[in-house]
Amino acid sequence: MAKIQVSTKINNENVDYLCEPHDTMLDVLRNQLELTGSKESCGSGDCGSCSIILDGELVCSCLMLAAEAEGSKLETIEGMSEGGKLHALQQKFLEKAALQCGICTPGFLMASKALLDHNPSPTETEVRFWLAGNLCRCTGYDKIVKAVLEVAEDMKESA
Amino acid sequence: MSDTQYLAASTIEEAVNAHSKANGSARFLAGGTDLLVQIKSGIRKPNLVIDVKKIVELNSIEEISENEFVVGASVSGVNLNRNKKFSKLWPGVLEAFRLIGSEQIQGRASLGGNICNGSPAGDSVPALIAAGCIALIAGPNGKREIPIEEFHIGPGKTVLDNGEMLVSLKFPKREINSSDTYLRMTPRTEMDIAVVGCGVNITFENNVCTAARVSLGAVAPTPLLVKEASKIMVGSDLNSEILDKVSKICMDLCDPIDDKRGTIDYRTKVAGVLFKRATLTTIDRIKGN
Ligand SMILES: Cc1cc2nc3c(=O)[nH]c(=O)nc-3n(C[C@H](O)[C@H](O)[C@H](O)COP(=O)(O)OP(=O)(O)OC[C@H]3O[C@@H](n4cnc5c(N)ncnc54)[C@H](O)[C@@H]3O)c2cc1C
Ligand code: FES
Ligand code: FES
Repeated sequence: MAKIQVSTKINNENVDYLCEPHDTMLDVLRNQLELTGSKESCGSGDCGSCSIILDGELVCSCLMLAAEAEGSKLETIEGMSEGGKLHALQQKFLEKAALQCGICTPGFLMASKALLDHNPSPTETEVRFWLAGNLCRCTGYDKIVKAVLEVAEDMKESA
Repeated sequence: MSDTQYLAASTIEEAVNAHSKANGSARFLAGGTDLLVQIKSGIRKPNLVIDVKKIVELNSIEEISENEFVVGASVSGVNLNRNKKFSKLWPGVLEAFRLIGSEQIQGRASLGGNICNGSPAGDSVPALIAAGCIALIAGPNGKREIPIEEFHIGPGKTVLDNGEMLVSLKFPKREINSSDTYLRMTPRTEMDIAVVGCGVNITFENNVCTAARVSLGAVAPTPLLVKEASKIMVGSDLNSEILDKVSKICMDLCDPIDDKRGTIDYRTKVAGVLFKRATLTTIDRIKGN
C-alpha cells in the first residue's frame, strides 16, 4: 500500500517523512525519526508519557495518526533544551528530584511547559488538574508539582 | 489496522462521498480519542479513516445571531473553552465537555466524537439534551436536523445512516435568566466513566420556572430526556416538594446496568440526588451566586 508523505516542522526544523496510514505519531517519532524521548507506556491516552505539543496544544502522540500532522508544528522533549542548556523546568526537576526511573518525565516536562506557556502563574490546584493526565509510579507527584510551581515563581521574579 | 487508508477531507461533500462509497467500512475521525483506542484494541477495523478536522463547518464556533451558537462537531474542548461568551451562556455544556479526560485528551476530543461514539455514559450528551441542541447532519441525500435526544438508538448505535456525518450542533437562542449544570458521579474523582450523569437547563424569572429540561446519562441504554420533569417544573417556584417529585420521576425512569462500578440501586438513587443538586446549582448560577 502506498505510503503517505507528510511535511511538518518538528522542534523548529522542517521534517518530511513517509508513514503508513495506521502509524501513530509516536510510532514515527520513535521508530523513524529517532526521537525516542517520548515514551509509549499505555498507548491508550491514559498515562501522558507520550505527550507532545501540536500547534500549541498538549496532546498524546499515541492517540494521533502520523498522517494527521501534515502542515503542523510539533514540539517534543528533544527540543526543550536550547543549545545544550537545559530548560528551567528540566533543571528544576533535577534539583528537586522530581524524577526517579524517568519514564514519565518527558511527558511531565512537555505537559508542564504547555501549562506555563498558557498560564505562567498557576495555583497548586491548577497544576494538579493540568498534570492529571500524566501518571507517575515513582515520585508520588509532590516533588513534580513543587518543581513546576517554583519555576513559575522564578519566572515571575526574573520577568 | 494494517490495510486501512487515510483521507483528510476538506469539504463535507468529499467526506460524505468517500464514506458512502466505502459501504459501511469507513469511519470518520475527529479527535481520535475513542476511535484510535478502539482500532488499536481491535474492536474496530475500518478500511478507510476519514479525518474531518480540516472541514471548516466542523471546526468552527459561530454566533449566528445574538446569543445563538452553532458549534462544529469536531471543535476540541480546549477551543470551545476559549470562547468566553459561549462558556458564560452554557456553563453546563462546557463543564460536561471539560470533564472528558485530561488536558491532553481535551486538546483533541470533540462533542461530535462523544455523541457519535454512542456510549450511554458519554458526558456531554445529557448536557446537550438538556440544552435543547439540534444535530445538523449531512449525508448522500442532503441535510437533516434532529434533536439530540433522538440521536441514540442503543449502546453504540445512532441514527446516522451510511455516509451520514454530524456537521454541527445548533444551540437554541439563550434567553436571559437561564443557565445549566451538568453533574456526574464517578467512583474515582477524575479520569473515570460516569455511573450517572445529569444535565439540567432552566429559565427562572421572579422566582418562577418558565422553562426546564432535564436529562440523565448512564442509567439506560441511551441518554434520556426526562419529559415529565418539564411539565412539573414549569410554572412552579422549584420548592423542595417539586424537586422531590421530579427526583422520584428521574429514579423511576432509570433502567441501568448492574456492575462493580455501580449497582442498579445505587445508580438509581444517585440519579435522583444529582437531579436535585444540578437544579439548585443552576438556580444559584442564574441568581449570580
Ligand atoms: C484517557 C481518556 C479519558 C476519557 N474520559 C472520558 C470521560 O470522562 N467522559 C467521556 O464521555 N468520554 C471520555 N473519553 C472518551 C472520548 O475522549 C470522548 O468520547 C471524546 O469526546 C471523543 O471525541 P473524539 O473527537 O476524540 O472522537 P473520535 O474518536 O474521533 O470519534 C468517536 C466516534 O465518533 C465517530 N465520529 C466522530 N466525529 C464524527 C462526525 N462528525 N460524524 C459522524 N461520526 C463521527 C467516529 O467515527 C468514532 O466512531 C476518554 C477517552 C480517553 C482516551
Ligand atoms: S502512551 Fe500515550 S498516553 Fe500513555
Ligand atoms: S519517575 Fe518513574 S514513573 Fe515517574
